[in-house]
Amino acid sequence: MIKVSGLRKAYGSVVALDGVDLHVRKGEIFGVLGQSGAGKSTLLRCVNLLERPTGGTVTVGGRDLTALGEGELRRARQGIGMIHQHFALLSSRTVAGNVAFPLEIMGMPRDRRAKRVEELLELVGLAGKAGAHPAQLSGGQKQRVGIARALAGEPSVLLSDEATSALDPGTTQSILALLKRLNRELGLTILLITHEMDVIKAICDSAAIMSEGRIQEAGPIPELLATPGSRLTDELFPLPPAEPGSVTITFTGSYSGRADEPVVSQVVRKFDVDVNILGGALEDVAGVSAGRLRVRLTGEESDAALGYLRDRGLLVEVASR
Amino acid sequence: MTWSDMAPLLWEATGQTAQMVLWSTLFTVLFGLPLGVALVGADRDGLFPAPIARRILGLVVNVGRSLPFIVLMIAVIPVTRLITGTTIGTGAAAVPLTIGAVPFFARLVETALREVGRDVVQAAQAMGASRVTIVAKVLLPEALPGLIAALTVTVVTLISYSAMAGVIGGGGLGDLAVRYGYQRFETALMIVTVVVLVVLVQAVQSIGDAVSRRLTRR
Ligand SMILES: Nc1ncnc2c1ncn2[C@@H]1O[C@H](COP(=O)(O)OP(=O)(O)OP(=O)(O)O)[C@@H](O)[C@H]1O
Ligand SMILES: [Mg+2]
Repeated sequence: MIKVSGLRKAYGSVVALDGVDLHVRKGEIFGVLGQSGAGKSTLLRCVNLLERPTGGTVTVGGRDLTALGEGELRRARQGIGMIHQHFALLSSRTVAGNVAFPLEIMGMPRDRRAKRVEELLELVGLAGKAGAHPAQLSGGQKQRVGIARALAGEPSVLLSDEATSALDPGTTQSILALLKRLNRELGLTILLITHEMDVIKAICDSAAIMSEGRIQEAGPIPELLATPGSRLTDELFPLPPAEPGSVTITFTGSYSGRADEPVVSQVVRKFDVDVNILGGALEDVAGVSAGRLRVRLTGEESDAALGYLRDRGLLVEVASR
Repeated sequence: MTWSDMAPLLWEATGQTAQMVLWSTLFTVLFGLPLGVALVGADRDGLFPAPIARRILGLVVNVGRSLPFIVLMIAVIPVTRLITGTTIGTGAAAVPLTIGAVPFFARLVETALREVGRDVVQAAQAMGASRVTIVAKVLLPEALPGLIAALTVTVVTLISYSAMAGVIGGGGLGDLAVRYGYQRFETALMIVTVVVLVVLVQAVQSIGDAVSRRLTRR
C-alpha cells in the first residue's frame, strides 16, 4: 500500500533520512520506532510529500507521488489521512466545522457535507459535540476530532505522528482501540510513529526500528521476535545484559505450543538439569502471546535440554562464555 | 467663546477627522492586509517562498515605518496631487495617512499571522488544501482576534496622525486645536478638543478589545 524506496532527505548538511526502504502492506498497522532525531517524523512527512525528499520514491496505492505535479499531489493527499501529536485543529471552527474542512477542500456541496460530518462524528464517538469548540474538549476528544477529520475523504491510508503522545495512558488506550477498530472495519492501512512500546504492543502488526536516518530492522512483529539479536525484542522485553553462559529463550508466534505451556518444568523433568531463572517478561504482542526468559542451565544434559527447546520452535540464544 | 460657539466647530471638525480616519483605514486594510500576508508567505519556509522579494518588501516596510509621519506627509505631496488632484482637504489627507499606516499595519498583520501554529497550516496542506485556501480558510480566520487587535491599534494611530494631517489642510480636530487653541489662545476649546480625541480613541480601543475577545476561542 505504501512503498518507500531509497528515500533520502537532507537539511543542508544534516542528513535526516539516509536511504530508507519501507513496505507497508494493505490493511496492516505498521509502527515505526526510534529515538528522538532518528528521522521518524521526516519519514512520515515524506510519505505525503509535506517534505520533498532529496532522493528516492514514495508510492501510495500504486501511485508514485514524487512524480506528481502540484494539483495532482493535492488530490492524492485528499486520499491520505493524517493525525498529529498536538491535534492541529482550527481553533476558530467548531468540531463540525473542523471535520467539514477537508470536505470543503474536496468541493463537496454543503448539504452532503453536513450529513457526512454527522456520520464521521458518530464513527469516532463524538456525536453530541458537533457545536463545541476545540478549546472546550479534552485531549482525547480533540484527537477523535482529528481522526474524524482525517477520515473525511475516505482515505485508504492513515498517517499518524505520535498521535497519543500528548495523552494520558487511559486515553491513549481508548484512541488506540479506536484506531484498531477503524483498521478492522474500514480496512484502513495505518502507518504510525511512536516512541511508546505500548502502542506497538497494543495495535501494530508490523514494525520498524529507525536510527540515524536508517531502518535497522523491519517486518511483521512475530517474525522480528523470532529473529536472533532483534532490537525490537530487546525493546519490547528489556532484560539486563546477558551474563556469559546465560540462556535467553524467546517465545514467539512461531512457537508451536502456548506461551503459558510449562516448557521449563518439562525440561527439568525430562533432562538432568537445574534451571535458575534470571529474568523475563510475557505479553500479548500483535495478537499473539510472546515473551522472553533469561535462565541459567546447569547439569550434564544442558545441551540436550537446549536442543529440546529449539525443537519446540523457541528461539534459544546462549551468551558466549 | 461659549459652548454654542464651540459646538458647530467641534461638530464639523469631528466629522472631518472621522472621514479622514475612515477612508485611510479602509485603504490601509486594502493594501496592508495583502502586504502582511506576503511578508509571512514569502518566507523561505512559507507558503510561497520568495526570499529575495521578501527581503525587498521588508526593507520597504521598514523605511516606511522609520520615516516620521510629519516628514512622510510632506514628502508624498506629489503623490497626493497625482491621486486626488489636490493637496488640501480631507480627501487629500487620506493619502499620506494611508501611506503612513500601511507599513505599520502590515507588520502587525505579519505578527498576528505568525501566531497561527505551523502544525495547523501543515495539517491543511496534508489535506490537499491550495495556498489560497490556506490563506483564506486557515491563516486569516485563525488570526482574526489578532488581526482585529492590529486594526484597533492602527485606527488609534490614524486618529493621532490625522491630527497632524489636518494641519496641512485636512481640517479635523487636530487642526481645530492648533488654530483656535494655540494660535488664538482659546484654551477652553483646546481642552474640549482634546477630550473629544481621548473619548474617540477610548471608544475605538474598547470596541476593538471587545470584538477581539469575543472572537478568541482558546
Ligand atoms: N525543517 C528542518 N530543518 C532542519 N533540520 C531538520 C528539520 N526537520 C528535521 N530536521 C533534523 O532531521 C533529523 C530528524 O528529525 P525528525 O523530526 O524526523 O526526528 P524524529 O525521529 O521525529 O524525532 P522526535 O522523536 O524527537 O520527534 C533531526 O536531526 C532534526 O534536527
Ligand atoms: Mg518526530
